[in-house]
Amino acid sequence: MSPRVSRFLALWRKEWIQIRRDPASIGIGVLLPAILLLVFGYGISLDAQRLPIGVVVEKPNPLTASFTGGLEQSRYFSPHPYGSIGEGEDALRRRKVDAILWLWGDFTRRGLREGNAPLSLIVNGVDANTARLLEGYFQGVWGQWLEWEAKTSGQPILTPVDVEGRIWFNPALESRHYLAPGVIVINMTLVGALLTALVIAREWERGTMEALLSTPVSVAEILWSKIGPYFVLGMGGMAACVVITVGLFGAPLVGSPWVLFLAASLFLLSSLGMGLLISTAFRSTFLASMVAVVSTFLPAFILSGFIFDIGSMPGPIRAFTYLFAARYFVSLLQTVFLAGDVWSVLLPNLAALALMAAFFLGIAWRMSRRSLE
Amino acid sequence: MNAAGRSSGLPCVSVEGISKSFGTGEKVVSALDRVSIEIASGQITGLVGPDGAGKTTLLRIVTGLLRPDEGRVTVLGLDATRQPQELAAQLGYMPQRFGLYEDLTVSENLDLYADLQGAPKPDRAARFAELLHMAGLAPFTDRLAGNLSGGMKQKLGLVCTLVGNPRLLLLDEPTVGVDPLSRRELWAILFRLRDEKGLSIFVSTSYLEEAERCQQVILLSKGKLLSVGDPADIATRAAGRTFLVWSDSLSPRPLHSGLARLPGILSASIEGKGVRVLVKAEGRPIAELLAEGRLTGCHQEPVSPRFSDAFLASLGEAGEGRGEAKAQGAATVDKSDRIGEDRIVVQDLSRFFGRFEAVKKIGFRVRAGEVFGLLGPNGAGKSTTFRMLCGLLPPSSGLARVAGVDLRTGAPSARARIGYVAQKFSLYGALTVRQNMRFFARAYGLSPQRQRERIEWAETEFQLDSYRNANAESLPLGFQQRLALACALLHEPEILFLDEPTSGMDPFAREELWLRIGEMAQRGVTVLVTTHHLEEAEFCDRLIIISEGRILAEGSPDQIKEPFRSEEMPEPSMEESFVRLIERSRGER
Repeated sequence: MSPRVSRFLALWRKEWIQIRRDPASIGIGVLLPAILLLVFGYGISLDAQRLPIGVVVEKPNPLTASFTGGLEQSRYFSPHPYGSIGEGEDALRRRKVDAILWLWGDFTRRGLREGNAPLSLIVNGVDANTARLLEGYFQGVWGQWLEWEAKTSGQPILTPVDVEGRIWFNPALESRHYLAPGVIVINMTLVGALLTALVIAREWERGTMEALLSTPVSVAEILWSKIGPYFVLGMGGMAACVVITVGLFGAPLVGSPWVLFLAASLFLLSSLGMGLLISTAFRSTFLASMVAVVSTFLPAFILSGFIFDIGSMPGPIRAFTYLFAARYFVSLLQTVFLAGDVWSVLLPNLAALALMAAFFLGIAWRMSRRSLE
Repeated sequence: MNAAGRSSGLPCVSVEGISKSFGTGEKVVSALDRVSIEIASGQITGLVGPDGAGKTTLLRIVTGLLRPDEGRVTVLGLDATRQPQELAAQLGYMPQRFGLYEDLTVSENLDLYADLQGAPKPDRAARFAELLHMAGLAPFTDRLAGNLSGGMKQKLGLVCTLVGNPRLLLLDEPTVGVDPLSRRELWAILFRLRDEKGLSIFVSTSYLEEAERCQQVILLSKGKLLSVGDPADIATRAAGRTFLVWSDSLSPRPLHSGLARLPGILSASIEGKGVRVLVKAEGRPIAELLAEGRLTGCHQEPVSPRFSDAFLASLGEAGEGRGEAKAQGAATVDKSDRIGEDRIVVQDLSRFFGRFEAVKKIGFRVRAGEVFGLLGPNGAGKSTTFRMLCGLLPPSSGLARVAGVDLRTGAPSARARIGYVAQKFSLYGALTVRQNMRFFARAYGLSPQRQRERIEWAETEFQLDSYRNANAESLPLGFQQRLALACALLHEPEILFLDEPTSGMDPFAREELWLRIGEMAQRGVTVLVTTHHLEEAEFCDRLIIISEGRILAEGSPDQIKEPFRSEEMPEPSMEESFVRLIERSRGER
């Protein structure tokens, strides 16, 4: 065996032993993703169901009863009747309900036919996300009811109100179907950037890097010995996440697993490059982990489209998200999981990831020297 | 003779006019300034100098880990800046803190470094066995390196640098924080390596008695080369300037404070019944100096200079002396009316950690005005005892009374009467000197009026005025130590605890601290102190040596040394006695 190979194998073996014995690597690489997966799979749901809504009916008649009955049957709403609009507003202010539905006095067939919908919906906009959902759901319920009412009475309702809402790709609107794949992003960010930055900074702190550099080992050998084991660890974590997401949460994996594997590899490489770069620039574990969290982990949560829709962000922030690899990966994940191999979406994202991986690894390579400076 | 024969060969390290500075802009610090040296093959070469002298930088440049800004470095015939990788295959380098992977076992560490150094596989088993046997680590191959004692880690670090059969060994302060016994063992190994394998060894150290054993010593100060040579030759540079002074009327401690304050005296230390002094280079006769200081009834005789004297003399000439910043000793705490009373009483004191008994039923008494030393190897139970007496750790059983207060019931009220200086000086690095003092004064509950008075006192007493608005972390180590001591004295404690206060300090700062300790003791303050510098034990009135939680010896420095006095060794040093005591107790087990 050439000395180069035996050095490389020795470093690789060392890294594995350290991963196995270090509770922090196990915690960050295995435990944390598992907990996140369970939290996002079971605990957090971004779906709005049984939203409390106040209902004020000015003049009750069979038609209003039919509509409120329809509301009651919808699983999205839980209606609370109020005697007057004043009472309803009070309840809204005290946040007992998220919205008030006000059916006016002329909520009659004639009133509907005249074209102006004789009702108003007042939504509490403090929680914009819920407000938007509620609005959408209501439009849906309203449209369905109009259609049904027209059918049963045999009289067409000549109204311009014709809301057709349809939700594609996630027809059941199950947030866990897109949240659970998103945990893969978090997991790979943790292993790729945070853990890698941490272990290399620790080598500087404990003085073992100085000892390593005083042996005939080359920079390339040190870098690859760090990339290799953590690549394997990250891909292993991803495989586990996919199995749990598909097996336990029943998310569909519409696209091909090979595309998923390719996307994950590219993203992991860019994360590893980021981790190497951070630990080369900051040689203290505290600083390296803070920088890794702020520059990779938080953006993966907030700016990747994993939880918050990028489309609804203000322009400058939307532009900002293009700087983070997580954004491309989330887009890839959601496409592969829920829509399939849509190459027009996949290719640009894969290209962006490949570019970022090459960029970060390249800089990390340039910055690492066989010296302590 | 042997060594001389070998050393006639080519130099293994040749450094020509190297300079190195760190930082940019206004914060440029020059670590090395046009240093040229040659290190002979087959020898042990020591590198000494005060903190921040550039020792580590020089070693790293020789290893090829740092590039000099200018100058040439040739090591084993290779250019260290251009061929670091080729060079690395022939070097063994042990950085500070040993460079071990603490979560790998002893044998895993060895395997790793053997692979990295490219040690041939077939010879490995035999080589490992030999090295582990030499280091006494053979029974511990499956133990994690992190679970080894400080001394064992240091030996494992050394063994790891040796697996690749290097021609040159570079060691950066291998003995820092390691007890005297382990230090001795390490040096024994180094001598064997030189004699049996003809290895060249370059080692930096802050212990001057270690430097004295090297064949060649390089003395650095503030990045400049002060001198190079045989330590015995260097020692003669202080010839005619060292004396032992004793007095009929004064005991060593007041004599020491009197002498240390004389402007013509560079350094003074208590030794036995007298005080050993090194006079400044101007060469004024010692008798004249004594008369000037009104120290009557004194006798003096010349003594042979040591390497440490020459070291101090060189530093003094380089302007690194204590300068005018000598301790004032004015108006410190006055508890002299109490002198002689028992202030610390310890009986059958034990402390368990789980099932491990760290301190085993120890007992001793310390009187007011005494300086009491607590010595022992790493892991002997010193720190545990210390923390119990400070009220930071409750004892498992036994009695501990400090300043008349039983620590089991009144730890908080005892704490108000003690001052504590921890090993790393527990200062707030980001606060200024003033802010640190104000914080501690408030923490001790001094009234605003009293706070002002005490802080003013401390600033004058410790000459901290010029640093008032500097951040504590930016101070030189010696001033950090002064500040830590000042903070511990703000509430005028009657008992002072100092945990390894001189670790890593340069000799002048250490001397100054001992001068202060002595003067506080003369005013009735009780001082309890731990140290790894055994020559400092001479400053204690009484001391105990503990090992594995038990007291091995108790008494004055002379009483401790007494049993080891023999014909071959009429004047055993404190270190010699300490090592023998520990060895004897381990042998009995």
